[in-house]
Amino acid sequence: MKLKGTEILLKVLEEEKVEIIFGYPGGAVLDIYDQLYKSNMKHILVRHEQGAVHAADGYARATGKVGVCLVTSGPGATNTVTGIATANMDSIPLVVFTGQVPTGLIGNDAFQECDITGITRPCTKHNFLVRNIEDLAPTIKEAFHIARSGRPGPVLVDLPKNVMAASTEYNPAGIKIRNQEPSYKPAFKKMGILLEMLNSAQRPLIMTGGGVILGKASELLTALARKYQIPVTGTLMGLGSFPGSDPLWLGMLGMHGTYYANMAVSHCDLLIAVGVRFDDRVTGTIDTFAAKAKIVHIDIDPSSINKNVAVDLPIIGDTKAVLKDLTKYFDEHNYAYEDSERQEWLNQIADWKEKVPLTYCQNGQVIKPQFVIETLHKLTKGDAIITTEVGQNQMWTAQFFPFDKPNTFVSSGGLGTMGFGFPAAIGVKCAFPDKYVVDIAGDGSIQMNIQELATAAQHKINVKIVLLNNGYLGMVRQWQELFYEKRYSHTDMTYAPDFVKLAEAFGVVGLRATKPEEVESVLKQGLEMDKPVLMDFRVSREECVYPMVHPGDSISNMSLGSREMIN
Amino acid sequence: MEKKEHIISVLVHNKPDVLARIAGVLGGKGYNIESLCVNSTMQYEVSKIVMTTIGSKETVTRIENQLRRLVDVIQVDDLTNVESIHRELILVRLNLTADKKEQINKVIDTNKWKVIANADAYVILEIIGDQAQIGFALARLEPLGIADITRTGIIALNLEN
Repeated sequence: MKLKGTEILLKVLEEEKVEIIFGYPGGAVLDIYDQLYKSNMKHILVRHEQGAVHAADGYARATGKVGVCLVTSGPGATNTVTGIATANMDSIPLVVFTGQVPTGLIGNDAFQECDITGITRPCTKHNFLVRNIEDLAPTIKEAFHIARSGRPGPVLVDLPKNVMAASTEYNPAGIKIRNQEPSYKPAFKKMGILLEMLNSAQRPLIMTGGGVILGKASELLTALARKYQIPVTGTLMGLGSFPGSDPLWLGMLGMHGTYYANMAVSHCDLLIAVGVRFDDRVTGTIDTFAAKAKIVHIDIDPSSINKNVAVDLPIIGDTKAVLKDLTKYFDEHNYAYEDSERQEWLNQIADWKEKVPLTYCQNGQVIKPQFVIETLHKLTKGDAIITTEVGQNQMWTAQFFPFDKPNTFVSSGGLGTMGFGFPAAIGVKCAFPDKYVVDIAGDGSIQMNIQELATAAQHKINVKIVLLNNGYLGMVRQWQELFYEKRYSHTDMTYAPDFVKLAEAFGVVGLRATKPEEVESVLKQGLEMDKPVLMDFRVSREECVYPMVHPGDSISNMSLGSREMIN
Repeated sequence: MEKKEHIISVLVHNKPDVLARIAGVLGGKGYNIESLCVNSTMQYEVSKIVMTTIGSKETVTRIENQLRRLVDVIQVDDLTNVESIHRELILVRLNLTADKKEQINKVIDTNKWKVIANADAYVILEIIGDQAQIGFALARLEPLGIADITRTGIIALNLEN
C-alpha cells in the first residue's frame, strides 16, 4: 500500500501506541497538521514550543511512556532545545518531531531553516534527519526504540517538508531496526561480594535515585530495604522510589538534604547507590562524601560508574533486573542481618532525626511556604502528582511533601529548568485526568511559561498552580544573602503582574491567600474546583531553605538557619 | 595519575554526522583529539575511526564509555592496552635550492626515503613509520628546510583478536 509521508507518520505513531501529541504548527509542518486534522490523534495546542516539550516530558515522567511533541522548523525547533536538554539530563524518553525545509533547500539559509540536528546533538540521546521517504517509517520506529531502551532519553527526528509530502510503500511488518537494549548478564560473583560487604557492614545505607523510577524497580528496592532493615535516602530524582512515610526513609540527601540523611551518608560504612549519578549537589566535596563507606553502585550506564565518585563495587545493569537477581541471591544464600547491630544503627539515625528534624516556624501573620506545602499534603492525603518549578519551591517540596509512590514527583533535577513545572503539570494531567495534579511554583519560574495558562484553559486541563509568591528569585536571593552580604542584585521581582487577575484574563480561576488562616480554605477551594486554578500565596519574603550545605563544603557540615551550625 | 597517549579504535556506522558526534563527545567533555584517521572498512556501511588522545587511564576509560553511549558506535577498543602496530605517513616537499641540493640528495640516499615526485626545483618524499620513525625523519628533514608537509593521523592494528 502506497502512503504519503504524513500518513506513515501517524500510522507509526498509532503502532507505537502514542495517545497524545503536544505541539505547535507552522509552515514546515502544515502537511502533518493537515493529516492530524483528518485523524483521531489527540493533540494539545500549547502556546510556546518549550511548553510542548515540558508537557511531553511531564507525561513521560508520570506514565513511564514515551512523550511526543511536534513543532515546526527554525524557531519552532530551537524553542524546544531547553526542553530537550531538560529531558536529556534526567534521562526522560521523548520523541520530538521537528519540521524542516525541503531537502533541496537545506544548507541554503532558507526561511525558517536551522540545523536542529546539529544544535541538539549534545543534548539528545540521538537524533535523525530523514532525507528519504523510504527511511521515514524505520527511522520513527528506531527513534521510539532508542528513546525507551537502556538509559532512556530524548530523540529528535527532523522531517523535511518534501519527504513528508512524498509517497512510498508502507509495510509495517517489514521494518527492521537495530536493537539498542544493552545486554544484561547477572553478575553473581559481584552479588557474592556485595553479600560479604553487607555481612561485614554495621551501618549500611541505600541511596536511591531516578534510575530506580525509570527502571520501574521501586517495589523491589522497597521490599529489599524493608526485609533487611536497611535505611534509605534518596536523590531529588529518586523521590517516590521508596515510600516517604516509611520509618526507614531518611528523606533527600545533599545540599538541601535532611540533617539525618546527610549524617547517615557521612557515617555509614556501606553505601548501596542504585540508579544515581552522584551529582555535585548530592555529594558536596567528593573527598568527604561517604568517606567511611565502601560504595556499591548499581546503574545501567557504564559511563556513570567512577565518573564523580570512586566506587568499590560497580554492578552494571537495569536496576530492576539487578535488584531482582540480588533479591533472589540474598534469599538463596539466607542472608540475615545481625539484629542488635542493625538496631544500634537505626537508633543512631532516630537520634539524629529527633535532634534536628525538618522544621520551620509558622508564627505571626505571614504565610510560611513550607506550611502551604504541608497543608497541600494534608488535604490531598499525599494522593497527588506534584510538579515543581526550580529553586526554593522545588527544595521545599522535596523536603515537606513526602512521596509514597514513584512517578508522582515531577521536577527538573539535572538541568534545573525554571518554567518546567507548569507545562509539565499539563502533560501529567492529560495522562491522569482523575488525579490531583499540582504545580508548586515560585513567582519567578511561573512567569517563564505563564502563557500555558491559555493551553490549560482551552483544553480544560484542570491543573492547579500553588504559587509560593515571595516577590524574589528566592533561591538566588538566598545565596546573595548568605554569600554576597545581602547584595540583592536583580533578584527583586516585586514588579510582577497581579496573578489572580492574570489567571482570570486567561480564563483560569485565580485565588489568593495572604494570611496563614486562609491557606487551608484557599487550597480546599482550589482543589475542589473542576477548573484550572492558580492560587497565589503571599509568603514570607526572605524565608531560606534549610538545612543547607554550602557549595564546596562537606555534606556533613550543614547550616541549619537560626540554629547553630552542627558539625 | 600518569598521562599518556592512548590510541582508540572505534567502529561506527558510516553515517553523515557520525564523526561530528564522536568529535562532539570528546570536545564537549574537554578532551583534545591529537590525531585522527577515518575510512570505511571492508563493509561500506561500517567505518573505522582511529584517534589518539592524551590522558590518564581513568580519563580514557571515561571517554570510551561516553563513546559507547553513542547509538552509531559499534565497538570501542583502546589499542594502547594490547600489542598493536602503529603507522603514520608523511608527504614532504623539499625545495632544491642551490645551497641545499647536494645535502638533500645525500640524506635521501642515506635514509633510503621514497621519492614520489621530483623536478628541478623540488622533491616530494613519502615516509611511513611509527611515531619514533617519523620523529627521527622529521629531525633530519627539518635542517634541510621543509617547504610543506602533510601528516596523516596514526593508524593502528592489534596483532591478535
